[in-house]
Amino acid sequence: MNRLLIELPGLTLKNPIMPASGCFGFGQEYAQLYDLAKLGAIMIKATTEEPRRGNPTPRVAETSAGMLNAIGLQNPGLEHVMNHELKWLEQHDVPIIANVAGSETADYVAVAKRISTAPNVQALELNISCPNVKCGGIQFGTDPKTAQELTAAVKAVSQVPVYVKLSPNVTSIVDLAQAVEAGGADGITMINTLVGMRLNERTGKPVIANGTGGLSGPAVKPVAIRMVYEVYKAVNIPIIGMGGVTEAQDVIDFMSAGASAVAVGTANFVDHFVCPTIIEALPEKLDALGIHHISDIIGRSHR
Amino acid sequence: MKQERMKVVRQAQIAHHIYEITLRGQIVQDMVPGQFVHVRVTDALEPLLRRPISIADVNKETSEFTMIYRAEGRGTKVLATKREGEEVDILGPIGNGFPLDKVQAGDTALLVGGGIGVPPLHELAKQLNAKGVKTIHVMGFQTADVCFYENEFLALGETHYVTVDGTHRQSGFVTDVLNKLQPEFNVFYSCGPLPMLRALEQYYPDKEGYLSFEERMGCGIGACFACVCDTTDQDDRDYVKVCSDGPVFPKGTVAL
Repeated sequence: MNRLLIELPGLTLKNPIMPASGCFGFGQEYAQLYDLAKLGAIMIKATTEEPRRGNPTPRVAETSAGMLNAIGLQNPGLEHVMNHELKWLEQHDVPIIANVAGSETADYVAVAKRISTAPNVQALELNISCPNVKCGGIQFGTDPKTAQELTAAVKAVSQVPVYVKLSPNVTSIVDLAQAVEAGGADGITMINTLVGMRLNERTGKPVIANGTGGLSGPAVKPVAIRMVYEVYKAVNIPIIGMGGVTEAQDVIDFMSAGASAVAVGTANFVDHFVCPTIIEALPEKLDALGIHHISDIIGRSHR
Repeated sequence: MKQERMKVVRQAQIAHHIYEITLRGQIVQDMVPGQFVHVRVTDALEPLLRRPISIADVNKETSEFTMIYRAEGRGTKVLATKREGEEVDILGPIGNGFPLDKVQAGDTALLVGGGIGVPPLHELAKQLNAKGVKTIHVMGFQTADVCFYENEFLALGETHYVTVDGTHRQSGFVTDVLNKLQPEFNVFYSCGPLPMLRALEQYYPDKEGYLSFEERMGCGIGACFACVCDTTDQDDRDYVKVCSDGPVFPKGTVAL
């Protein structure tokens, strides 16, 4: 019996570990380093209906135990992703969660409708929380009513379960979580990055060309844990948790707080083998805790 | 490309804030001039990200390679504390290096470097000389106390050092040297600050040339889209990633 197996709407995960969207491209680069079939799933880079060129550079800046990024959803567009990136991924035995982005409801609906028909796409991740594009994403993620309506519109056309990625840049993340649940979301992924800024020591001006960027990495983990903890109590749909995961203990922490699976983001840039390393370390962690199956720790903080 | 914990063979300061570190390990066997490695300077979470650093010298017999870097940021200052016998986590080699097959024995190559862009040209000069190509080196620095490797380049061919403030050898920029020298050559190779690369492209509009670029990086392997540059091609491919498509591009590829 596989002690790490997790079943979620649309997803049978051989283990609960997956690279987070935007930190793994469409998998080609990391496939040079290890077998992608080791992963529980892959959250591919955000896809928009038309190609996007993204923001000017510099797009990244290091911060204390973290980094800021403002890539700006650069991607080759829906048709290219369907015909090339997703096609290429078909050779790997790993479920794909397609991150869907857009500027208005019609864009999200168009991408969701088509990308959910790809044979290896087993779930969608609705990106209503990208802080780095002027138009598209974040405005859907900060108003509960808008978030609920968008979720319902995408649910109506998607062939696969829909997870909604929540922003931490809100007054009450619980309100957003309950709104997307009411809109029919099958699950929640959280958290996206925290809006931040780093200044150039000499000029006093922002380092990132976009001014602000999204903060990720170990620095954000306590915020993410707190939010997963709160949302777990408030909804009845599963959570895929993320924010600063770098080692197996972080996975235990997120699942204890209420996540059913965990995504790894920035750590993929630091240790390019971090996902398989965490997967290999998990059974020993469970042994140390006297827990047989990893699903037994989901939400244990609340028991 | 592999990830390896490599042993420090030696480290020394060779100029003001400039360090030379030699590491030993298996990935040295895969290195070609112009590629770089992505260096993790600590096993702790701070500083977090890897640092892209170019390859200055490769010795496949001893499985050793050398990096020359400026220790000014948080990461490179930590790297500068590494002593013989310690380990450094290296991912590499990464990217496409300088093409050696564009020149044949008997040809002449012009190598133009600026500041901390000079190091990768050293291994290039070594390998070009080994295949019978004559190399001319024109290297620019800000000031005398940040100059390095003049003797190493002199040993490989005609060498001209120039400093912006005139405190070492000639005064001015590399283009001032080229104005005086008017060198005869077949192909040029360059690495250095953007204004220098731009000036060089304009200086030699009809020559074949290869330029090495630098940009802030995240993953270093092409997945994160942090290090993209515009290209001069407006239709087919309007951007490139410096880490995985470069860092070396044919002259005229990247919009300067």
